[in-house]
Amino acid sequence: MKYIVCLKQVPETEGVKINPETGTLIREGVKSIINPYDLYALEAALQMKKQYGGEIIVLSMGPPQVEEALREAISYGADEAILLCDRAFAGADTLATSYTLAQAIKKIGNFDVIFCGKQAIDGETAQVGPELAQRLDIPYITYIRKIELKNNTLLVERLLDDGYQVVQINLPALLTVIKEIGEPPLPSIRGKMRAKKAKILLWTTQDIKADSEKIGLKGSATQVVKIFSPPSRGERQMLTGSLEQQARELKDKLMTIMGK
Amino acid sequence: MIYSLTEEQEMIQEVARRIAKEKIIPKRKELDENEIFPREILKEMAEADLFGIFIPETYGGLGFGTFETCLALEQIAWGCAGVATTYAASSLGAYPILLFGNQEQKQTYLPFIARGEKITAFGLTEANAGSDASAIQTTAINDGDYYVLNGAKQWITNAGEADIYTIIALTDKKKGVRGASAFILEKGDEGFFFGKKEKKMGIRASVTGSLIFEDCRIPKERLLGKEGMGFIIALRTLDYARPGVGILGVGLAQAALDESVKFAKQRKQFGQPIISFQAISHMLADMATEIEAARALTYAVCKYIDTNPKDFSKYAAMAKLFGSDIAMKATLNAVQILGGHGYMRDYPVEKMMRDAKILQIYEGTNQIQRNIIAQVLNKEYGKGQIK
Repeated sequence: MKYIVCLKQVPETEGVKINPETGTLIREGVKSIINPYDLYALEAALQMKKQYGGEIIVLSMGPPQVEEALREAISYGADEAILLCDRAFAGADTLATSYTLAQAIKKIGNFDVIFCGKQAIDGETAQVGPELAQRLDIPYITYIRKIELKNNTLLVERLLDDGYQVVQINLPALLTVIKEIGEPPLPSIRGKMRAKKAKILLWTTQDIKADSEKIGLKGSATQVVKIFSPPSRGERQMLTGSLEQQARELKDKLMTIMGK
Repeated sequence: MIYSLTEEQEMIQEVARRIAKEKIIPKRKELDENEIFPREILKEMAEADLFGIFIPETYGGLGFGTFETCLALEQIAWGCAGVATTYAASSLGAYPILLFGNQEQKQTYLPFIARGEKITAFGLTEANAGSDASAIQTTAINDGDYYVLNGAKQWITNAGEADIYTIIALTDKKKGVRGASAFILEKGDEGFFFGKKEKKMGIRASVTGSLIFEDCRIPKERLLGKEGMGFIIALRTLDYARPGVGILGVGLAQAALDESVKFAKQRKQFGQPIISFQAISHMLADMATEIEAARALTYAVCKYIDTNPKDFSKYAAMAKLFGSDIAMKATLNAVQILGGHGYMRDYPVEKMMRDAKILQIYEGTNQIQRNIIAQVLNKEYGKGQIK
């Protein structure tokens, strides 16, 4: 089995601020992390590898510093890492991103399952996974919490608002994963040692034979016009203490509001 | 402080730290209250390669030494001293095989230990042989191709949970300590039983119990070293393991300090955070100083051990003594600083205080450690080594 995990490096959203004048993220002093949902995607791949064997390739697109995120993924148990790194890829929306990733995956070839997080915590679009499946012309299922290999097909549980669906899907397939899959992976000592020495493959536009009209800003159908922090919605209060104390305090406050 | 760790040592520290933070701390209260053996956590630790740190690469380990093992243990103890005790006891049971086992014994057991698939225990203490370990009464009688064991071991960490046990028993009663030998026992051996699980003050995530041998027959290949080497093996094993107790104390004391400072900064009395009162801040300063001193001592002792010196009993005893004493003091003070909060089980420091006490007792009481240190001093001065 060959698994591909797509992951994105994102700013740790806790503490992220937007410059109100320029409408851009203030990146200074903000830590970069692997998108938490992508860690669940990696966890899903690790679970499958443990049970059914195979190799895990992690794939990302971004500036050179993303190498760090890929090394981290290797310390968790991924076998190989590829970074799509080219100035021409910059400014991509989900359409251009999915095209670029698809070109890379075609170059990798012969895969069985592609795992994506359900969405990224910065863009929050949840589009790249499904778009990627479309471009590769393979079936996909979103919001996966459990995976089982059965007679060369996958039997997966897909979370819905009011329960879950069990779906059978042919391979190769793409799955987007939610946190119910399990706890995010932890590094091992051997993993960390391997990560330090691992060679991260760097692929450019030429390497993946990408059409320069379809990548980066040029290939993007959407543009971010403006980013702003929504104005605060009135006064808020945080309750602290034990659950019981909080409940009691909440009750008292409501009673006061209702004039009782 | 900067201890000039190598990149690999830092990795080991980080891996253990993350397990403590993400897997141990969220569960430690439940493990303590319900006295649960941390199977799941041990599995995570095994997957992170933490059980193979000191085992040579030939036997599936990482090939590091005592120092690297201590770096990991310190972080695990920072999370929970009960889990750390289980972890440390497993290396205590593995050291006799590593140090004195023959090729075949090492090949049979060490790879499983390195992968964390089998955990180990060490059995020396008996009902009438605690500080006076030479008073053991368990016997192992040579019967052709077998040894037949009879007797009982008491207060054995990992009893019943471990798969591999190193046991000290008398092969020749007349010779006293020179008649003791060390054996490898496996869970499931004929005539090998486990007694009741003890109810302890602290370290409740670890299991303590008795081992019972009733005409327990084991093949003679399970003898470690030669007949009569039992005490040498036991003492050498304890020398290797004692700095582990010291570092366990350091990790635990560090956790107590972290909780104390965090609390003292946010708790307000008389209109200001209590850290601004000297009565509190001086306690914190002493805790921090003693922790750093104990850490520096234990690290130095471990690094010394890794140079394979002939005798390091004195230094191993010092590390155990000092690390455990400062842990007791730091955890007592942590409860004092947190005051009423500290005494409640909602905060982790009362558990830390209960956990700390055993460090002054097990693997040789601190009184015995002082005896060891003083005996060596006596010998050193007697030889005229000190000018």
